[in-house]
Amino acid sequence: MSKLTNILKSVAGIVKGFALTAKHLFRSSKTVRENIQSDTYFSERTDNTSTLRYPHIKLPLPDNSRNQLHVEIDDCIVCDLCAKICPVDCIEIEAIKAVEDIGKTSDGTTKRLHAAQFDIDMAKCMFCGLCTIVCPTECIIMTDEYDVSLDNVAAMNYHFSTMTAEEASRNKIKLAAFEAEKKAAKEAALKATQEKKEEGNV
Amino acid sequence: MTFYIISISLLAFVAVYALMGVWAERKISALIQDRVGPVEVGKFGLIQTFADILKLLQKEDIIPTRANKFLFALAPLLVFTSVFMGFAVMPFSPDYISSNINIGLFYFMAIVSIEVVGILMAGWASNNKYAFFGSIRSIAQIIAYEIPAGISILAAVMMYQSLNLQNIAYLQGIYSKEPIYFMGFWEVSKIGGIFSWGIFQAPHLFIAAIIYFIASLAESNRTPFDIPEAESELVSGFHVEYTGFKFGALFLAEYAMMFLTSMVLVILFLGAWYSPLPNIGSFALADYTNGTFWGLAWILLKTLALVVVQMWIRWTLPRFRADQLMNFCWKVLIPLSFACLFLSAFWKLIVL
Repeated sequence: MSKLTNILKSVAGIVKGFALTAKHLFRSSKTVRENIQSDTYFSERTDNTSTLRYPHIKLPLPDNSRNQLHVEIDDCIVCDLCAKICPVDCIEIEAIKAVEDIGKTSDGTTKRLHAAQFDIDMAKCMFCGLCTIVCPTECIIMTDEYDVSLDNVAAMNYHFSTMTAEEASRNKIKLAAFEAEKKAAKEAALKATQEKKEEGNV
Repeated sequence: MTFYIISISLLAFVAVYALMGVWAERKISALIQDRVGPVEVGKFGLIQTFADILKLLQKEDIIPTRANKFLFALAPLLVFTSVFMGFAVMPFSPDYISSNINIGLFYFMAIVSIEVVGILMAGWASNNKYAFFGSIRSIAQIIAYEIPAGISILAAVMMYQSLNLQNIAYLQGIYSKEPIYFMGFWEVSKIGGIFSWGIFQAPHLFIAAIIYFIASLAESNRTPFDIPEAESELVSGFHVEYTGFKFGALFLAEYAMMFLTSMVLVILFLGAWYSPLPNIGSFALADYTNGTFWGLAWILLKTLALVVVQMWIRWTLPRFRADQLMNFCWKVLIPLSFACLFLSAFWKLIVL
């Protein structure tokens, strides 16, 4: 008798299992996933699949998520703070002094330096986010992009400077000329004061 | 000429069916587990498996250094050929059967047994302990389960008094020349439809059909009897060393085998190519929905439905342990199938 009830129990269990899988089979296959902060996120889903069709649907990122870096070079004042604070030295900046003010950033700071080179090596980057904190003009930011794959490690060194080598050398020549002029003017002024002094002594 | 056309079209059908079968398996498993399955390649991912097979054919064909090269290459060929040969005796419609031989069912049983040799060959020649374990398990399982399968088939054969699959098919509907009784008391020769199907001709044939279905799951190495492949224990069993085209052939054979065993079940017990719709008074639904093309459609529909049931079982039931598998076969299925056999004899002598 107990054997018979055992068999019946097993059959009932199997039928239950089949009913369960059939129910899931015919359930809606649409994918909806809300933000992790919503109240229903952890409750059991009854009408959709668990798969997030990733490239088509992305989960919203937290505000403090740390991803790929981006530099808005027009807003950069080339202060070099980011390169200085970087714990792994992945930011390489070459600055050229401008002979005059070269415009303003979007928050009104005057730019006095040309960024001849602004490279961030994302292969070295440890995503600490310190550079984004120290930046006075908030031109270096973390984007939403986190799925980057490249087939060449050199391609991970991002170049943000828009300045060409030609422009850089032209700016360097300009700066050298300006400095030479300044030096000459200074020497002339020095000479003039010395001559004045000598005249006074006489 | 017709021979070539028929065999090539059958091969094309088996290949396309196997690819769609793999797709269906992935889709069904995905939906059961609340995933989405293949969705990117084509509408609903329909051509995903075609892309997969294209990739598979381009793969390097690796033969392990210590493998027996001749047997290693022969095994997938033997497995696929034996399964494919089984299609020769399958009646696809009232007018079409590739080879209308009197010992069709016997031939089917024999040809399917050859697959076991191919599986042993694959496991042995791979020179890999997991592959060998897989093939040993497969042999033990298939040889054990051929007994209940054969005896439940015999129970049906005793009722139909024929080994010719086309004759057996004819005896389950309105084209039958002999009277058919629903459970032995209601003459349904002119009504046809679902009432004249094999499983309803006698109560024990229903049990025989279930026994044969369970045994056919074991013979085609499907869950819950997939211990020869047992991914979690044996990596993937006897075909663990196979790559490229050879792996594709083994995979094709597995799905072709599912189709073949389901088709035999349909022919023996589920009315073969007969329509499930009966004649009701002046609504002669059975007369309308039977014929060459109707027959082809019905038998494919029924068989594919059974294949889907096999997939459904795979994603519902867990795997048997080897000793449970043998216990179930020898202590439950074989006595039950013998009981069906004796009931058939009894039925033929006394009831009808």
